[in-house]
Amino acid sequence: MYPPKFDYYRASSVDEALSLLQQHGANAKVLAGGHSLIPMMKMRLAQPGVLIDIGRIDELKGIRVEGDTLSIGPLTTHAAIAASEDVQRLATALSDAASVVGDLQVRNRGTIGGNLAHADPASDLPAAVLALGGEIEARGPAGSRTIAADDFFQGLFTTALDENEIITAIRVPTGQGTRVSAYVKFPHPASGYAVVGVAAVLDIAGNKVTTARVAANGAFECAKRLAGVEQALSGADATAEAAASAAEHATDGFSADDFMSDIFASADYRAHLLKVYTRRALQKALERA
Amino acid sequence: MQISLTVNGRPYTVDVEPRMLLVHLLRDVLDLTGTNVGCDTSQCGACTVIMDGEAVKSCTVLAVQADGSDILTIEGLAKDGELHPLQEAFWNNHGLQCGYCTPGMIMTAYHLLQVNPNPTEEEIRHGLEGNICRCTGYHNIVRAVQEAAQRM
Amino acid sequence: MAEKLFGSAIRRREDPALITGRAKYTDDLKLPNMAYAAILRSPHAHARITRIDTSKAKALDGVVAVFTAEDVEQSGVPGQIPVGWLLPNMKMPPRSLLAKDRVRYVGEAVAVVVAEDRYTAHDALELIEVDYEPLPAVADPAKAAQEGAPLVHENEPDNIAFDWEIGDKEATDQAFAQAAHTVSLELVNNRLIPNAVEPRAALADYDPINGKLTLWMTTQNPHIHRLLMSLASLGLPEHKIRVIAPEVGGGFGSKIHHYPDEAIVSWCAIQLGRPVKWQATRSETYMTDAHGRDHVTHAELAVDENGKIIGLRVHTYANMGAYYSTFAPAVPTYLYGTLLSGQYEIPNIHCRVQGIFTHTTPVDAYRGAGRPEATFVVERLVDAMARKLGMDPAEFRRRNFIPPDKFPYDTPVALQYDSGNYEGALNKALEAAGYEQLRKEQEEARKQGRYIGIGLSSYIEACGIAPSAVVGALGAQAGLWESAIVRVHPTGKVTVYSGSSAHGQGHKTTFAQLVSDMLGVPYDDIEIIQGDTDEVQYGWGTYGSRSAAVGGSAIAVSAQKVIEKGRKIAAHLLEAAEDDVAFEAGKYYVKGAPDKSLTIQEVALQAYLAHNLPPGIEPALEAVSFYDPANFTFPFGTHIAVVEVDPDSGEVKLLRYVAVDDCGKVINPMIVEGQIHGGIAQGVGQALYEGAVYDENGNLVTGTLLDYAVPKARFLPSFELDRTVTPCPHNPLGVKGVGEAGTIAASAAVVNAVVDALAPFGVEHIDMPVTPEKVWRAIQGAGK
Repeated sequence: MYPPKFDYYRASSVDEALSLLQQHGANAKVLAGGHSLIPMMKMRLAQPGVLIDIGRIDELKGIRVEGDTLSIGPLTTHAAIAASEDVQRLATALSDAASVVGDLQVRNRGTIGGNLAHADPASDLPAAVLALGGEIEARGPAGSRTIAADDFFQGLFTTALDENEIITAIRVPTGQGTRVSAYVKFPHPASGYAVVGVAAVLDIAGNKVTTARVAANGAFECAKRLAGVEQALSGADATAEAAASAAEHATDGFSADDFMSDIFASADYRAHLLKVYTRRALQKALERA
Repeated sequence: MQISLTVNGRPYTVDVEPRMLLVHLLRDVLDLTGTNVGCDTSQCGACTVIMDGEAVKSCTVLAVQADGSDILTIEGLAKDGELHPLQEAFWNNHGLQCGYCTPGMIMTAYHLLQVNPNPTEEEIRHGLEGNICRCTGYHNIVRAVQEAAQRM
Repeated sequence: MAEKLFGSAIRRREDPALITGRAKYTDDLKLPNMAYAAILRSPHAHARITRIDTSKAKALDGVVAVFTAEDVEQSGVPGQIPVGWLLPNMKMPPRSLLAKDRVRYVGEAVAVVVAEDRYTAHDALELIEVDYEPLPAVADPAKAAQEGAPLVHENEPDNIAFDWEIGDKEATDQAFAQAAHTVSLELVNNRLIPNAVEPRAALADYDPINGKLTLWMTTQNPHIHRLLMSLASLGLPEHKIRVIAPEVGGGFGSKIHHYPDEAIVSWCAIQLGRPVKWQATRSETYMTDAHGRDHVTHAELAVDENGKIIGLRVHTYANMGAYYSTFAPAVPTYLYGTLLSGQYEIPNIHCRVQGIFTHTTPVDAYRGAGRPEATFVVERLVDAMARKLGMDPAEFRRRNFIPPDKFPYDTPVALQYDSGNYEGALNKALEAAGYEQLRKEQEEARKQGRYIGIGLSSYIEACGIAPSAVVGALGAQAGLWESAIVRVHPTGKVTVYSGSSAHGQGHKTTFAQLVSDMLGVPYDDIEIIQGDTDEVQYGWGTYGSRSAAVGGSAIAVSAQKVIEKGRKIAAHLLEAAEDDVAFEAGKYYVKGAPDKSLTIQEVALQAYLAHNLPPGIEPALEAVSFYDPANFTFPFGTHIAVVEVDPDSGEVKLLRYVAVDDCGKVINPMIVEGQIHGGIAQGVGQALYEGAVYDENGNLVTGTLLDYAVPKARFLPSFELDRTVTPCPHNPLGVKGVGEAGTIAASAAVVNAVVDALAPFGVEHIDMPVTPEKVWRAIQGAGK
């Protein structure tokens, strides 16, 4: 309940935050909304010597439509994302996911940047960002770079982000033609985290699915694409039946060891749930077509 | 570190350790003990306060993060001796028993009704997901929020 | 008696302080020069302590002191945590405030830090060095009962704390031998963590001049804590300890018990001569608040060829944890075995319970305490038998209920039920639920691949357990009467001192309602005082649904004594014979001459002036009573749960919950319904969500609210409540008690509903909590 001592710095710009990070190295942690980090510190599972508070850097806030890209500042809260009409319209799966993170109070403080950087396997946003083909813009001492969501999530609480980098933007392509998407989750009854959560993004032309991107969190050590489902759907009819049969491929390419297991849900139950929730995500997306 | 903030309309400037949680600033330093601590994992919501217009769990906010902010706690809800409609409705509907979760429950409901002035029962139940009550089974809490929504 | 307020749903007088944040719970209190305590707890379920080094912790800036078991021993205090209920031949291992050589569960207190602030106290915990030599542990009671299991108490030959039985074994075996049909079930009654939203806390202040300790603490029964602190833990004389329950944020049993922590904090305050405060973190409460339930049971039911129950046979392993908590031995015995007749005429019952020590947190009374476990056994068996016989479960229950004309009814397990109309409550519940229509809907839904289930639970509760001589004979080291002083002041205002101790139940409202009616004094002229051992005469506190039936009755008896004394004084002043003076609505008057009258306020003033009292009458107008009931009370009812099971994911949704309860006469229906709501939520929690899990090494896997699911608002529907009223025949109010009813009924109703929903799959039982994975596996396993 009582975080250990640390030195606190409040950065007023990204440059200042980066130089503080340089200065304190591995001893430092970046604080955004704090809804991943502070709970860890209260349990003394994280004991950083230095906290660099980036929460007041205005350039990291806000949602903008830039051509065919939705650009979201990393300090944007889950509540703000869920309430954004642009996100609802252009990246519905992300809006769905943001609206079911934690609870009302958590959504008011938790941020998308903090959430993605923390890379909790059971968090909701990673699957949505991954399925939407998002990109994470990060800045470090060497400058800015863009990391595809496909490369970003690397394992349990592990991302492609370097220790001295900060996320500066999350970009999501809004797609051409008819793009529908959805995120559904099976929340853990205690924590509210996803036991399984599935995001589905479908491009539809005529009555056919031209491209499908489907990703899951909760099931694995980090968010992963469901290649079997995507292949099964590519060129398939945009119907509930086709979705149901594609969902049966949710576990294709994964082995039993790939699935998370805990006292609430074993690996094989999670594998089963993955199929069920993949079907629900696909059908929910199709209902929006 | 010195911080300044407004709580229930009153400005404060205090010196805090950076690690101090907002809830301990309110309770131990400012003696505003109406806001309670019920857990250590940000689940129970007993510590919920309104920070710059939004319901937050004050056990998961550092006091230094609240520097410059405007905080409303349960103590600041009644105005000029008049109970807030939510307080009145919780009383009328027996929306509390032991009362420990109540300040947080009311503050969450306060935010909920600001963003959704006419919630359905289901929306109320989802909105209060981050607040645990062990006494009431939520039945009368839902009634209370419904009544408050009508009065507000 | 004029019943103006009795029966009225008036708003609670407790609430204005609670809804404005002005109420003061223990952790809200601050004293000058106050220090904060934090307690170091064992991370091992079983280990030998080979070394404790506190020097680094002591050296930390802001640390006032660090103490271990050795320091407590050297202080010469008794330093023990006693058990308050004794069973024949039970093992009696000692339990001390701090562990010395050996720890026996994760969370056992090992050392205490006192520091200038909370944060520093917790920093210092990390600097205490303890060398543990881990030893094998056992957490499961059935495994711990086996020969060769790791011993919890190394000086005992085995882990069997006690071996208790009730009923006639031979007759029961004979009934089974003659049965037309039998069913048997293996039942796990899952271990629960109480989760009062206010964690336990204590603030101890010692005055060395007077040698007096004042202890504010989260308690349901301050006098019991004072007694045990004095006798067993601190050795201070009882009159030199004042225990105060400020506002208390729920208990559900967990704040009955005498734990080491509050005693340690008190001992620190005495040692240091300054106030010391402690509040458990939620994770600490998970490790230390006494857990509930945790039974492994084999149960069988036998019927004759007419579907009449002829026998019930039960064997239970009851987990005690590593040590006896305060009333632990009573819970799986006299609060469980005696309830196994349920609402049914069962001529032969035998129940054997083995209490088992394990390397886990002690287990004790949690809302319902034994009675939910008994109801679960009986109601699951009844449903299983109905299914076996192809009978509707409501019809099978009806056939076997104790009929209304058989009360008082002696069960074969030692109780005498005072009153009841079980079929009345069942029928009302069925009607409220629209049972026949529901069955049709269930049938229709199944055709569409939807699985709706309807579950009944017809429960009996025994509450207000008494009289004291009887519970004493059963092993209680406590009386179970209750006390009340009703004091009418010279101005006619009234203060009531009650030995009950509310922590959310609304006693100040309910008790004032009943006193107002009896004395004819305005409600606002009545103050209720409780929860302070220096202000209130000895009392046993609030638990076991006893406060209205026993505490309320004590107040009624005192109020009646006040009325009678007032009558003597009034008769004298009115120059009438006592028998000719009537009392009604706060007024004494001469029968037949109503204008010759005195108000109770006028009589009170005269009683205090004492200028003109009848011979032999002492001044003042007050009365004390220590009310010892003639019997338990026996609330009952039928609850009906309607669920829908998602066969794809295994998720269970509680669609409806109908409850018809009979708790006798009702003082404040709003409060009574609130009690039932909360009780149902906890029973549903046990059925669907809650379960404390230990791994093989005795680690509590569900150690926080992130892992242990307490029901949230969105898990529950609105409840549909109704009641029948069968007044308790043996107390002055006709009330029975209601605090635990919902919890006792609900878990069986919900599990019966889930099993009913899955009947098409051939599923016969699922253990609680009925998690989605268990449902999914049951469907897979049963095969369609």
